[in-house]
Amino acid sequence: MPKINLLQAVNSALDTAMDADSRVVCLGEDIGEFGGVFRATSKLQEKYGKQRCFNTPITEQGIVGFSIGLAAQGSVAVAEIQFADYIFPAFDQIVNEAAKFRYRSGDQFNCGGLTIRTPYGGGIAGGLYHSQSPEAYFCHTPGLKVVIPSTAYQAKGLLLSAIRDPDPVIFFEPKAIYRAEVGDVPDTDYELPLGVAQVVSTGTDITLVGWGAQMHQLHRAAKMAAKDGISCEVIDLCTLLPWDADTVAKSVTKTGRLIISHEAPRTGGFAGEIAATIQERCFLSLESPITRITGLDTPFPLVFEKEYLPDYLKVFEAIKASVHF
Amino acid sequence: MVDKNLVTSVLKFTEAKDMPISTLSLLNADGEILEGAQEPKIDKHTALKIYRDMNYIRVLDERMIGAQRQGRLSFYVTCTGEEASVVGSVAAFSSQDMVMSQYREHAALRYRGFTSKQFMNQLLSNDLDLGKGRQMPIHYGSRDLNYMTISSTLATQIPQAAGYAYGQKLSGNDTCTICYFGEGAASEGDFHAGLNIAAVSKCPVVFVVRNNGYAISTPTVEQFVGDGIAPRGVGYGIPAIRVDGNDILAVHAASVEARNLAIEKSTPVIVETMSYRLGAHSTSDDPTSYRTSEEEEMWRQKDPIERMKKWLLGKGWWSDQQDHQMKDEYKKEILGALKSQEKRQPPVLDHLISDVYQIPPAHLREQYSELLAHIDKYPDHYLPNPTKGHDSYHKPAAQFS
Repeated sequence: MPKINLLQAVNSALDTAMDADSRVVCLGEDIGEFGGVFRATSKLQEKYGKQRCFNTPITEQGIVGFSIGLAAQGSVAVAEIQFADYIFPAFDQIVNEAAKFRYRSGDQFNCGGLTIRTPYGGGIAGGLYHSQSPEAYFCHTPGLKVVIPSTAYQAKGLLLSAIRDPDPVIFFEPKAIYRAEVGDVPDTDYELPLGVAQVVSTGTDITLVGWGAQMHQLHRAAKMAAKDGISCEVIDLCTLLPWDADTVAKSVTKTGRLIISHEAPRTGGFAGEIAATIQERCFLSLESPITRITGLDTPFPLVFEKEYLPDYLKVFEAIKASVHF
Repeated sequence: MVDKNLVTSVLKFTEAKDMPISTLSLLNADGEILEGAQEPKIDKHTALKIYRDMNYIRVLDERMIGAQRQGRLSFYVTCTGEEASVVGSVAAFSSQDMVMSQYREHAALRYRGFTSKQFMNQLLSNDLDLGKGRQMPIHYGSRDLNYMTISSTLATQIPQAAGYAYGQKLSGNDTCTICYFGEGAASEGDFHAGLNIAAVSKCPVVFVVRNNGYAISTPTVEQFVGDGIAPRGVGYGIPAIRVDGNDILAVHAASVEARNLAIEKSTPVIVETMSYRLGAHSTSDDPTSYRTSEEEEMWRQKDPIERMKKWLLGKGWWSDQQDHQMKDEYKKEILGALKSQEKRQPPVLDHLISDVYQIPPAHLREQYSELLAHIDKYPDHYLPNPTKGHDSYHKPAAQFS
């Protein structure tokens, strides 16, 4: 199996999808000949032609609106929003249109062929407009699916599933680890199920839940904790909407403790939703309060990025506090 | 890039008046072809279908406003005054072309074949409503008639129409999309996004903008300063035409050419129909607070239906007797449909959670089960007909598992 990075895995998924189904169309800013600012669509225009892989004007609402119509017509639209920070001009098209398209028509029409890919997250010295993690806004919208991979293998398998899923999907790509995250990825066409979390490492004392680039921090913190004799169960959520509450609840029932970590600000972040559900389901199993290790309730900083981000040290401290509560 | 032939040493700003767009007009107020104009080709069958559907919608609107006042409907929006803009344009398109409309174009849906009962099912949110009782009255949609379900959000259908048309072009079946909106919606960002992306992607889509003078209470002078909407199309590199929207022949002729252009040249086209919203914005609006009865009367004199009738009478294709008979039949048919369809049940409760996703996910099914258990405790409060129990209301959620 070839070793490729997460970005190459995204490219491989798009290539695989376009090769397997001539209805698949990729569009977005600079994604044509140039191959996208991160090169996620590299060589796709050359291979599949300008009609199926093309540049759009700089208009996020136009890209998403166009893609909804394209999907409603029967094509499979894979739109790229260059940075998740720039998805907001398309918020109305995503929240009021894509998410409600099937419902409002009584299933006469749908735009399930729509997938929106967008790089998210900090760690690249991007400041407040190239670092945000806006997943929680979209998790609050019934009708959407929200997917975030953390490994190259997941990126290809989950993206292929997202593209072929009958509902519109927002696929957030952890750009900080686009190149750093390398793994075995089959050349073949494979799918990983949406809505299913992955127990990455099993443990008995505490459950750590995260997604995307944050998984690295959780793994590192778990290793530190292991040296102190604390056994962590690490869960990668993979899909945030709909999220796999069963897997998390099962784990917390066993460990009695839960830490959830995300880069986004704490208030209204998705960790709150997980915490609320798990305290309902696992109240009698809990040995300590559920803890959130998140970004601060500020805009994303530039020079204080390191301080802001919920890193492995913050998680490690939270693990100790939870275990010794 | 600068065109060398257009380099000048004269410092001069270009203004809207330097690039005026004229209005295509073929019929005078008496329904006669204007001097110097040529009558466009339109067969008798099509002309009479257009005329009948314009009248149908006029009657439907009158009756539904009445029904709303009687409390039989919660809300209604009329097409009154703009029937020629809508029917004249949609009649130039193939039934296979997609219609993506705003909300004041139900005359186009009628032209496609929507029946009185279908209108009532939607307006009354009953069990036969194609939208399963989810949207306010007038948010129609029909897959069978290639009429995209309407959403209240303004202008969102414009970039979507571009994408839909791009897909039609890719499938190579010589169909296109007709997209309606009003001059007020053209202030939304989606208008600009949609026109530009349609032009750049060479999408076979015809934008029909109904410039009817008002966006709820806001007159066009407070909506924009430029010369209407058509010049904006030119600005985006889109062929544009402005027509007298109360002149059925002008609207139809321009629309026929617009569709030809869209398909043959694979380009978006914009048609601006100049008309007037004779009715209120909706049943929740009262226009007397922002416009005069003199202004309304002036436009009533330009009624597109009256003008077309005169033209048809002049051609000997129609008679006053047929006119009376037609209107009576429509009244009867519509009131009959209202009466029969309002007796129907509401949709089953399962439609609270169906179609959010193709298959309801586990968390939604769980929420639904909790709701059903709660309803079981207070059936009198929730069930529309408690004596019939749940059978009249919902089926078991098991169908989703």
